Amino acid sequence: MKIVVCVKQVPDTASEKALRSEDSTLDRDAVDAVMNEMDEFAVEEALQLAERTDGEVTVLLMGPDQGTETIRKALSMGAHKGIHVVDDALHGSDAVATSAVLAAALASEEGAGGAYDLIILGSEASDARTSLVPAMLAERLGLPQLTFAQKVDTDGANVTVERLTDYGHDVVTSGLPAVVSVVEKINEPRYPSFKGIMAAKKKPVSTLDLGDLGLDAAEVGAAGAWSKVEDFAVRPPRTTGELVKDEGDGGKQLVSFLASRKLV
Amino acid sequence: MAEILVLVDHLDGDVKKVTLELLTKARSLGEVSAVFVGSGFDTAKDKLAEYGAATVHVADADELTAHPVAPKAELLAKLVADGDVAAVLVPGTAEGKEVAARLAIKTGSGVITDAVDVVASDQGIVAEQSVFGGSTVVHSTITRGTPVVAVRPNATQPEPAPAAAERVDVAVELSASAKLATVTERVVKSRTGRPDLTEASIVVSGGRGVNGAENFTVVEALADALGGAVGASRAAVDSGWYPHQSQVGQTGKTVSPQLYVAAGISGAIQHRAGMQTSKTIVAVNKDAEAPIFDLVDFGVIGDLFDVLPQATEEVAARKG
Ligand SMILES: Cc1cc2nc3c(=O)[nH]c(=O)nc-3n(C[C@H](O)[C@H](O)[C@H](O)COP(=O)(O)OP(=O)(O)OC[C@H]3O[C@@H](n4cnc5c(N)ncnc54)[C@H](O)[C@@H]3O)c2cc1C
Repeated sequence: MKIVVCVKQVPDTASEKALRSEDSTLDRDAVDAVMNEMDEFAVEEALQLAERTDGEVTVLLMGPDQGTETIRKALSMGAHKGIHVVDDALHGSDAVATSAVLAAALASEEGAGGAYDLIILGSEASDARTSLVPAMLAERLGLPQLTFAQKVDTDGANVTVERLTDYGHDVVTSGLPAVVSVVEKINEPRYPSFKGIMAAKKKPVSTLDLGDLGLDAAEVGAAGAWSKVEDFAVRPPRTTGELVKDEGDGGKQLVSFLASRKLV
Repeated sequence: MAEILVLVDHLDGDVKKVTLELLTKARSLGEVSAVFVGSGFDTAKDKLAEYGAATVHVADADELTAHPVAPKAELLAKLVADGDVAAVLVPGTAEGKEVAARLAIKTGSGVITDAVDVVASDQGIVAEQSVFGGSTVVHSTITRGTPVVAVRPNATQPEPAPAAAERVDVAVELSASAKLATVTERVVKSRTGRPDLTEASIVVSGGRGVNGAENFTVVEALADALGGAVGASRAAVDSGWYPHQSQVGQTGKTVSPQLYVAAGISGAIQHRAGMQTSKTIVAVNKDAEAPIFDLVDFGVIGDLFDVLPQATEEVAARKG
């Protein structure tokens, strides 16, 4: 089974994020870059499915040069090869542009010319948190969308997932190829082993730019975005109100406070 | 006046609160048309009328709900193509955002998710978003197509403004690609009788300090006394004490209730990302240095197993 897993590099969630005043994009220099956490679950799921089916995992990333670190991480976990789409014109790309680039990369020669069985993504990136890209990718490729999966099963011809819902879950099934996104409940991502890290250094990573994908710079990046940030403002941080030490009536004091705010 | 389409979120006609919020917002933008997919319109009609839907496009063919997401996007795309539509508002739920995603690609339109406000201006529709866990407020416009906006639940106070909710049936010829994935089973967890986490005006959450699934009854009791929903930190969910659907934070739900109570939760940045836009925040924690206390309006330094039951009793006593 041929599996492509799309990963994103994001600012470490443990660091405070800010927008740049020049162009209202995320200030990526100010923070450490890591693999989007949900994508670790996507890589793990891809590896487990590949192990069961004697398959191959390709990791696909769109992003600046330093994105190679995230590709290497996926390779050190066990993915077989990488594709890195990197182009200055991509800076500021929204979900619409990102999904166009990923779709084009999947259709390209390096992306196995579309000859894959499963495309797996994390269900959300921790920076933008839109969950738009998996659905947009399915729409663009005309493939079945099996998203928010907390469980994935495939027999090589069909794929079945448990789609997490607010009321429980839906069992959703389709033929292959298909687009799958996973939630963090699905598995326990492995840590790269020393051997894995060494092996990753020799694994092939091809680099593509917009020209290779036949895309026009005007369609992507901030220039090609279909929405525009008009302005932004940083809110003053919350400050501590009243703190009391429980001396036996902490619960009552709490309720008095709630009553003073008309919350009970 | 141009139409504003509002995708109705409902379970068999039981209309979710977020729908009423969307209808309320939509009224300030144009002529409101609700879009109702699935069965149960007769149950839903009164609510939709009460909150100002002039028209309701009803699509109740089974195949629209037999396949996830894509059919709803195709239906909305058809309505956008056939009518004079100024904007489409969808619930900012997991499914709503995915419908928005596909609709945006189909109609060549910009999309904004997690909007906490939507207003009409000279530049067209302006959406306000609250990003990075509420630390930054962003205003955005859509520069292409028919704006598609996913509005975050609980961001608007629903206000009634009666209208006709006149039923207009729509049929849509689904494309083959919209039918590729099929729902074969719908598993509905037993209902707790509590409000939905993202819709609740009060949320009481427990963390690692609750120390066991059975102890969550302490958290539930306070939630029930206050009429609120129960949330959990990731540590509590990862320990298997509470279901994943209840997780609040970076990789869980974003909640913005009138009152958020954090019990036995340290207040890690990833937890704060999901709750720090709550109007009032209170916390109970044994550790006076816990970071959660940095953002509380009121905090009790103490053991939650003392404080929560006493608070529950006190609420009951006040209610008489
Ligand atoms: C990428 C990423 C995404 C994440 N996403 C989320 C997310 O969505 N949601 C989330 O919550 N976390 C998330 N986390 C995890 C987060 O970093 C914290 O680990 C987690 O929030 C801690 O949960 P906690 O506060 O319950 O546990 P702890 O940090 O262990 O805190 C427990 C607290 O309980 C107090 N306590 C213990 N016993 C008692 C008692 N008897 N009475 C009163 N107080 C008591 C302790 O003093 C302590 O402050 C994420 C982490 C990462 C890296």
